[in-house]
Amino acid sequence: MAAGGELAAVIGVGMTKFSATRGDVSMPGLVREAAERALKDAGMEWGDIDAVVMGKAPDFFEGVMMPEIFLGEALGAVGKPMLRVHTAGSVGGSTALVAASLIHSGVHERVLTVAWEKQSESNAMWALSLKQPFQVSINAGAGGYFSPIIRQYMEATQAPELIGCMVAFKDRQHALLNPYAHLHQPDLTFDQVVESPMLWEPIRYSETCPSSDGAAAMVIVNETEAEKSDNPAWIHAGAMRSEANNFPGRDEVNPQASRECAADLWNQAGITNPREEIDAVEMYVPFSWYEPMWLESLGFCERGDGWKLVESGATHINGGDLPVNCSGGVLSSNPIGASGMIRFAEAALQVRGMAGEHQVEGARKAMGHAYGGGAQYFAMWVVGKDKPTS
Amino acid sequence: MHESMVKAMRKVAVVAASSRQEEKMLDTEVEMMIPLISKVREETGLDQTEIGFTCSGSSDFLAGQAFSFVMTLDAVGPVPPISESHVEMDGAWALYETWVKFQMGVIDTALVYSYGKPSPGSLQDVLSTQLDPYYIAPLWPDAHSIAALQARHLLEQGEITHEDLANCAVRAGTVQSQEEYFDQPMLADPLRQADCPTYADGGVAMILAAEGKAEELCERPAWITGIDHRIDSHHFGVRDLSAIPSAKKAASKAGVDDADIDLAELHTAYTVQDILLRKELNLPLNPKSSSKNHPIKAETLMASGLLRIAEAARAIWNQEANRVLAHATSGPLMQQNLMCVLSGEKE
Repeated sequence: MAAGGELAAVIGVGMTKFSATRGDVSMPGLVREAAERALKDAGMEWGDIDAVVMGKAPDFFEGVMMPEIFLGEALGAVGKPMLRVHTAGSVGGSTALVAASLIHSGVHERVLTVAWEKQSESNAMWALSLKQPFQVSINAGAGGYFSPIIRQYMEATQAPELIGCMVAFKDRQHALLNPYAHLHQPDLTFDQVVESPMLWEPIRYSETCPSSDGAAAMVIVNETEAEKSDNPAWIHAGAMRSEANNFPGRDEVNPQASRECAADLWNQAGITNPREEIDAVEMYVPFSWYEPMWLESLGFCERGDGWKLVESGATHINGGDLPVNCSGGVLSSNPIGASGMIRFAEAALQVRGMAGEHQVEGARKAMGHAYGGGAQYFAMWVVGKDKPTS
Repeated sequence: MHESMVKAMRKVAVVAASSRQEEKMLDTEVEMMIPLISKVREETGLDQTEIGFTCSGSSDFLAGQAFSFVMTLDAVGPVPPISESHVEMDGAWALYETWVKFQMGVIDTALVYSYGKPSPGSLQDVLSTQLDPYYIAPLWPDAHSIAALQARHLLEQGEITHEDLANCAVRAGTVQSQEEYFDQPMLADPLRQADCPTYADGGVAMILAAEGKAEELCERPAWITGIDHRIDSHHFGVRDLSAIPSAKKAASKAGVDDADIDLAELHTAYTVQDILLRKELNLPLNPKSSSKNHPIKAETLMASGLLRIAEAARAIWNQEANRVLAHATSGPLMQQNLMCVLSGEKE
């Protein structure tokens, strides 16, 4: 099974060091750093690339309208097709899927895709809270939006109170294995996570993602080009779904768009038991509790059992059978527009055996996942060490 | 696309379109788009659940709100969930992303829409934020002044004359005569009001369908026989302002053959750009073009390009033309260009 059309694979991955302020580089410098690393990994030069696909979250984060227009040159796009994707927080994943579609369709052979955010250029809280006529302003940031949904999950599943802290502590431990991660907190203890200030009950400070500068890039190629690579990550499936933010009967904890996106994904990939068949998951978890919530929604376990997987240690890189966010995840690095692509790229690194210290041994199939808006935009892919069979 | 593959591409057609432009619209983006999207679904008899893919183009900087397209998605009514994407570009590029999706063979129908509402702000100033934020934007050059830079360059190179600009303005209908043109004061020397766009609020919705389905939905589908887009350097100092290499390349890749084009819908919001683009593409001044809503008379940022494609398709449906070039542009001085050739014949 496969994503549709011609086969495509990731043969190059590049990321920047993520940090609160990358004052050492301009926006062009930031995207170029990731892109150059991806090209080097792919053994390619700028001239080898047919087209460039860029993604990022709202332009207000940097105050530049449609910045791909001034960044094209830094990415070697002059004279080439250049696309700019924006699908809210899922954008990094969607961007990768649009880039892959250029290969699946047979339109191009070698595509560079880059997603980025330089949040230090502005204040994301302000950028997200521009007051609009006739609309209710949340004025509480994303945490304020998601905390009631998390409380609903806790209430429905009777999950123990500290599950979120376990996820946060695990991801910060994982981050220590990833040199690019923004947050490196070697001395952090579980008790410190629990004792950190409560921001939006039940979300503590340590259970939230940081605000980061950073970029991620991938080179995606067709079958002929991928055959030349030692370790391509073959794209087995890709899916996107969106639903309205508000409608009667909407399940905000386990959105229908999430379930249907996952079902489409597993179907394309020929996967019937995700828990057994997926070796590593890179999941979009900006607030700790979203790990158990997405585990259920994506079908890794029954509804109500997500927190039990977390509690059992199943999602830890050490000893877990379903390691989640070995890179440290969004909880350890969050350049918003890039965060989805980092998930997709980390999944590719896992099946290519190139994840370094956070490598899951013997990973053959990995999932990359991103969501955005009010948990209403979804982008997912499955990559594998082996070529998909039709 | 590579030349060798042109023949292998799946045939896709525009089968329905609905649009609206007004100088100042009081409706919100959602209110503007609901009737347009409903109309194309009604015309084709397609329910949203029967549409394989939905893609849109818009800009947060026009709406003055982050994630503005998330709100506008309400106009589609995505319940149950839909397979959907969005580009922060003119809707013509949303159509391109959709065309690529058709080529994957995973969809047979699609909804594409885009919209722009510049009236609440000063688009002249908003567009300054699109420029390089380190070297150009801090000077706050407005859009007309940048267009004037190019016009001044072309005049001094002897590539165009003031009369050429006047004639183009008359053709576009922004003035009735040369006399009237030369009576206007300079707006951004050497450009007058008649050379520059009047901005409009507006939106467009469109249904695309693949071969096999398109014939069922439309009597005379407007087949996309070629589509390509390219980008040039952003930096004025690097570019040759008397050429548009990205437009030429995209036209060549899209299979634009000037002899066969009997109508050109060009996204040229300034007289000087219209003259330059026609020269670059070797398009004669007169095939009739962009009659009703020339972008100079009604420029709707983020939708004008897709509107050109809609107009091109209408010309084919109405049998006014058989082979139409639709063009979209983005960025200062036509930095990024998309060319789409539509035909009444499947070819």
